[in-house]
Amino acid sequence: MTTTGYSTRGADPTTAPAFLAPLDGQSTAVLPVVAELRAQGRARFAAVGLPTIKNEAWRYTNLRDLAKLAVTTASGDAPIDRLPTVRADGQNGPRLVFVDGRFRADLSTADGLPDGVLLTDFASACQNHSGLIAEHLGRLASAEDRPLVALNSADLTDGVVLRVATGVSVDAPIELVFVSVGRDGATTASHPRALIVLEAGARAVLVEHHVSQGDNATLSNHVAEITVGEGATLHHCKAQRENAASFHLSHIAASVAAGGCYDNFILTIGARLSRNEVVSALNGGDARTHVSGGYMVRGNQHADISTIIDHAQPNGTSREVYKGVIDDSARAAFQGKIIVRPHAQKTDGHQLNRALLLSDSAEIDAKPELEIHADDVKCSHGCTAGELDDAALFYLRARGIDKETARGLLIGAFLSDVLDEIAEAPIREAFQGFVAGWLEEQR
Amino acid sequence: MIEIKNLHAKVDGKDILKGVDLTIRPGEVHAIMGPNGAGKSTLSYVLAGREGYEVTDGSVTYYGKDLLALEPEERAAEGVFLAFQYPVEIPGVANTTFLKTAINAMRKHRGEKELDAMQFLKILREKTKALGMSDDMLKRAVNVGFSGGEKKRNETLQMAILEPKFAILDETDSGLDIDALKIVAEGVNALRSPERSMLVITHYQRLLDYIVPDFVHVLAAGRIVKSGGKELALELEKNGYRDFGVDEAA
Repeated sequence: MTTTGYSTRGADPTTAPAFLAPLDGQSTAVLPVVAELRAQGRARFAAVGLPTIKNEAWRYTNLRDLAKLAVTTASGDAPIDRLPTVRADGQNGPRLVFVDGRFRADLSTADGLPDGVLLTDFASACQNHSGLIAEHLGRLASAEDRPLVALNSADLTDGVVLRVATGVSVDAPIELVFVSVGRDGATTASHPRALIVLEAGARAVLVEHHVSQGDNATLSNHVAEITVGEGATLHHCKAQRENAASFHLSHIAASVAAGGCYDNFILTIGARLSRNEVVSALNGGDARTHVSGGYMVRGNQHADISTIIDHAQPNGTSREVYKGVIDDSARAAFQGKIIVRPHAQKTDGHQLNRALLLSDSAEIDAKPELEIHADDVKCSHGCTAGELDDAALFYLRARGIDKETARGLLIGAFLSDVLDEIAEAPIREAFQGFVAGWLEEQR
Repeated sequence: MIEIKNLHAKVDGKDILKGVDLTIRPGEVHAIMGPNGAGKSTLSYVLAGREGYEVTDGSVTYYGKDLLALEPEERAAEGVFLAFQYPVEIPGVANTTFLKTAINAMRKHRGEKELDAMQFLKILREKTKALGMSDDMLKRAVNVGFSGGEKKRNETLQMAILEPKFAILDETDSGLDIDALKIVAEGVNALRSPERSMLVITHYQRLLDYIVPDFVHVLAAGRIVKSGGKELALELEKNGYRDFGVDEAA
């Protein structure tokens, strides 16, 4: 028996009321499918609450500090100083901006997209494309075994809807910008949902930015449901650079049809606590998925990467590469599961996680898992944790390079090859800039 | 001038150097020969400032400064250069990036203006040409996938670029065939100058045919037990280290 989900044993229902938005705050004029999903999510989350470390899937990530908080909402109308982008200066392109989870039409544009592309906010899509919502909402991300998906559904108000029609290729990166501003003296929560549908043969490049403006504590609890059609390709890159007071939780559920490709890269730099769940299911033959990322944490930060690659059909290929740098008393967790179902012969799956520990109190928990039910497959995994190479450090210093610069060179070198996993050059360069910025702060 | 006085050092709690005395004047090339385990590499690491090499007694005065009080990078900036016996491979750092960072770190330390990319490339081209190094070796990660000869040439290139006042060559001949040895020795000889001192550490006399020293010292069991001119090397070649209480054949 194979499961892709998590048990909800080890969850704490007493934490639920503090996180569920009051019912009277929600608009009642919604699509039946949305109302139903909210009600289900609400009931589910009320029954289970936040997961605890007794839940196997949450063994390495403790939400204790989050559970102590009572969250409220922010208006989302704060003025925004500047927006992050992967575009060179002066260029404009398609972009949706959310402030504290609320769509901001004044900062967003769908200009520059070819015919056949729908890029809009959730509320507009409910009004104008209700069929699309009814067809895809709640189909991939299950609230049943994931309390935070349930919470996202319960408080669902805003989000992203992207559909790329059959055969349409979008060259310009589509940027999704999530700015957390919050409120002084409170912790505010947002629960954005993304519905992304690439029809057969479509191609798109999606870049997510998650940043804070100011120092307020916020909780962002994202859920993305991604359908990659036959022969379609989605490049999906995300940079999370929220402030050190924030909680960032994210669940991405992707389903890839025959010959399709889902490519995901997540750069984790910010947040007090972050967890990125990526579930990529190859539900058609000859499908590919590539999930990768870099995480760099220090101070008391905690970063969690939890992935499931589900090979359900034959001839699938998956490649998974993560690299992390952990300093001070920071901690990281990597859970990587590869499932090969009985029918998925000729699967080729590879997974690698490498962590660099920069201090004696830095920690990594790594749990690779292969669950193979087919006999003709190639699968491998590797996890390593190491320190900076003393010999290399001395070699650089013996050439006059000061200790901090030498460390920076070696840490940058460690991370450089994982950034090469990003196929699109402008995005790779922008992300390299984010990493360089982090290294600078280190000094 | 470099004055090493009564230098004692420990590695992993074990006494390795037990009172080394040595004075090197500007322009002089000194060779230190000795059997395995005599403390030759320890001496080079102590001078360059590697962690884990604990000086328990004695002093090293470098042009009036207490060398042992300086960090490795400060020593390098002051003109101390160690050509490594085993140059370290550094994946992910391009050789050119490394060389440029190093030369600019030194220039900064000396209060000189840092080189821009064009100025640096000009110097680099000049020096690599003399050593017969390919552009490919510069683009690759530091020492990664280099042959033994290429690694030693890369060390010599760094020395040529950084222009040290005091170069320590630790077993530069190890891992080199005769052709590679000649190229590296030529590179080193080209750097001999009245202002530059060198300390050539070697087990075998062979290297000293190509880099001819002014003085030869025998290091055995952590002390310099004999000093002489270049003819001492030939004597050692003939008789081995037996006269110093070491029987390597045993």
